[in-house]
Amino acid sequence: MLSRTADNLYWLSRYIERAECLARILDATSRLVALPQAYGGQTNEWESAIATAGCVQSFRAKYDGEANERNVIEFLAFSPDNPSSIRNCLETARQNARAVRTALTGETWDAINSAWNRLQKIKTGMSREEISGFLDFVKDTSLAFDGSSFRSMLRNDAYWFVRLGILIERADATARILDVKYHVLLPDKEHVGGPLDYFQWASILRSVSARTSYHWVYREGVKPWLVADLLILNRQMPRSLASCYENLSRYLDDLAQFYGRQGNSQRLARSMLTKLSNATMEQIFQEGLHEFIGSFIAENNRLGSAITEQYLG
Amino acid sequence: MSVSKPSAFDEMHHPDGRVRPAYQALAKWLQSTPRDVIDYRRREAEFIFRRIGITFAVYGNAEAQERLIPFDILPRILLADEWRHLAKGLEQRVKAINAYIHDIYGKREIMRAGKVPEDLIFKNPVFRPEMNGKQVPHNIYVQIAGIDVVRVDEKDFYVLEDNTRVPSGVSYMLENREIMLRLFPELFMDHRVEPVDNYPDELLTTLKSVAPPTAPGEPTVVLLTPGIYNSAYYEHSFLADKLGIEIVEGRDLFVKGNVVYMRTTEGPQRVDVIYRRVDDDFLDPLVFRPDSALGVPGLMSAYQAGNVTLANAVGTGVADDKAVYSYMPEIVKFYLGEEPLLKNVETWRCREKAHLKYVLDNLEQLVVKEVHGSGGYGMLIGPKADKKIIETFRNKLKNDPKNFIAQPTLALSTCPTAVDEGVAPRHVDLRPFVLTGRDKVRIVPGGLTRVALEKGSLVVNSSQGGGTKDTWVLDR
Repeated sequence: MLSRTADNLYWLSRYIERAECLARILDATSRLVALPQAYGGQTNEWESAIATAGCVQSFRAKYDGEANERNVIEFLAFSPDNPSSIRNCLETARQNARAVRTALTGETWDAINSAWNRLQKIKTGMSREEISGFLDFVKDTSLAFDGSSFRSMLRNDAYWFVRLGILIERADATARILDVKYHVLLPDKEHVGGPLDYFQWASILRSVSARTSYHWVYREGVKPWLVADLLILNRQMPRSLASCYENLSRYLDDLAQFYGRQGNSQRLARSMLTKLSNATMEQIFQEGLHEFIGSFIAENNRLGSAITEQYLG
Repeated sequence: MSVSKPSAFDEMHHPDGRVRPAYQALAKWLQSTPRDVIDYRRREAEFIFRRIGITFAVYGNAEAQERLIPFDILPRILLADEWRHLAKGLEQRVKAINAYIHDIYGKREIMRAGKVPEDLIFKNPVFRPEMNGKQVPHNIYVQIAGIDVVRVDEKDFYVLEDNTRVPSGVSYMLENREIMLRLFPELFMDHRVEPVDNYPDELLTTLKSVAPPTAPGEPTVVLLTPGIYNSAYYEHSFLADKLGIEIVEGRDLFVKGNVVYMRTTEGPQRVDVIYRRVDDDFLDPLVFRPDSALGVPGLMSAYQAGNVTLANAVGTGVADDKAVYSYMPEIVKFYLGEEPLLKNVETWRCREKAHLKYVLDNLEQLVVKEVHGSGGYGMLIGPKADKKIIETFRNKLKNDPKNFIAQPTLALSTCPTAVDEGVAPRHVDLRPFVLTGRDKVRIVPGGLTRVALEKGSLVVNSSQGGGTKDTWVLDR
């Protein structure tokens, strides 16, 4: 397969996944700020949404005042100036898809192209209800893309590059949510957590669509350290760091076997998987949750670069 | 002369109103099908086209970066005999074209015989001295030709243009048929239509057959595209998909030791045949335009060393120049010793004094074209132009007569077309695709029918508001 084709497939799926993550962040944030004032704390949730999306600098470059519902939604969902806005993610994803139409199945192309056609008709100045409809549409697009590629693509290198893109992006997104919210997840035996904290935890679960999963796994009320456990170490949870690396490692091994050669990316993925498999939450809290997440994000980026160097360059 | 000549040949009706044999079944169907059903199918067709993403780009039109070519749901129908005659003529013409290009870059007998003027070739910017004395595999230069023909009466086809560089449009021929099969299965029950969907197989067989002698038994064929911003990108990706070959951009290829390789996830892989959809000028920045980012440095030297086949060959522009066109009947006779089966439109070469004078005196009645123009850009249609435009052209002609030819306005035939007012005749042309391989010439029965959707208009180019139709060749 052409390196450029592999590169387009990889970025196509990264951008679709990124669009979905942004939609989830916006959705969770809207719910959190919609709570009655009595539950409200001091934090500006729109500010954390920008931080979670990793866009603080570019946002500040565009807006002077405080982050609020209007400018954050505009910036993260629609702004043409933000290269990672949902709109731009879907645009870029389709551009990548167009360049590699031959490597996609008809259904997979259709999922992306239909979304793009619909995106062209979207107007500015949406009502809250319309925005919520838009966010659903973004999630549906990602589902349609994921589902059609899962159901229709041959299990060969093209498919594995699509999966790698999704998983690297997803690991990054989950880690960023943890990075911004880590302070509400620290075990604090003194402070059981007020109602606000409870909704913060619930909101984190919502942003990775794990509200129900949590209860199935732990069968108890929402505890911050268990939320952290679910998102970091639990392999049943598809958006957890451990699950992402279990799959990254698997698809990279498939590739290595297919091509009869392995390299740096296989080694990096395996080493992170081992680290996550041997870790416990106690240990992570002891060594510092924030530091742990920070180093994970850096390692994940390193794996991305290794994949690029090994296959996509 | 009026703009829509009353004398235009109507492919569906005899002058007395009786329906011609090819259109009997369609006429019955049209009579029995309510208007709203036809309207509904028209909308459905557009929806499908947009959904599949069959679009093309219009240069210089930022808003409509991706536009749909309007599709007319009524097929254009040809009888088996009509097609046989046309196909024979096409094969003859393309054989002559290949012999002529081989001669131009070889012995130049046709010039020594005084049939084609030397300066028309040597001073022509599309003439490539790099090809002088170079062998191409099996002496085939034009593997893929798109010959534009028009009908003016019951038996005669005229060639309007020989597209011998990088002809496009074949994806529309294939997609139009797919859509027709989806929308009108019942019409295919009443007609026995020759299939066209084997075109990709025929093309791949053709491309493999012209691989260099040094290539392995199963040669690697790729399609070279300028990239996603090219107006025909959809077609490039569509064809690569149907052929099952890689679609590459210049940056995916590199040349080492006069051999072409593509960069793959498993390292370099040798390439033997390049179906290139990039113009000569952009192929290799070391030889042609140095600013080209679309090409592959060193490609020409690999080509000249005989390690890779380019389809079409470099320098085939010497056959699709509109001034050279006027010599085609001579060219056919010279190389094949046969009378041309397809006619040529009478053409005045403005490079010749007497011709120029005639053209300047009769601008209001003529179509004036640039010799290297295509896509309907930079063209004057005398009968439709106002005084100002005619005067602008008069000046252009006086300043640079070599750059122009002129032809009479042809009464292109008409076919029934679904328009807002109902079903009405509209002018059409036809671009069949002629494939030349080592073993033989292949032509799938059909081609791309382009239709001028505006009443009376003779301009069928998609960049100028033309649409397309499915083209049916009946099997008897």
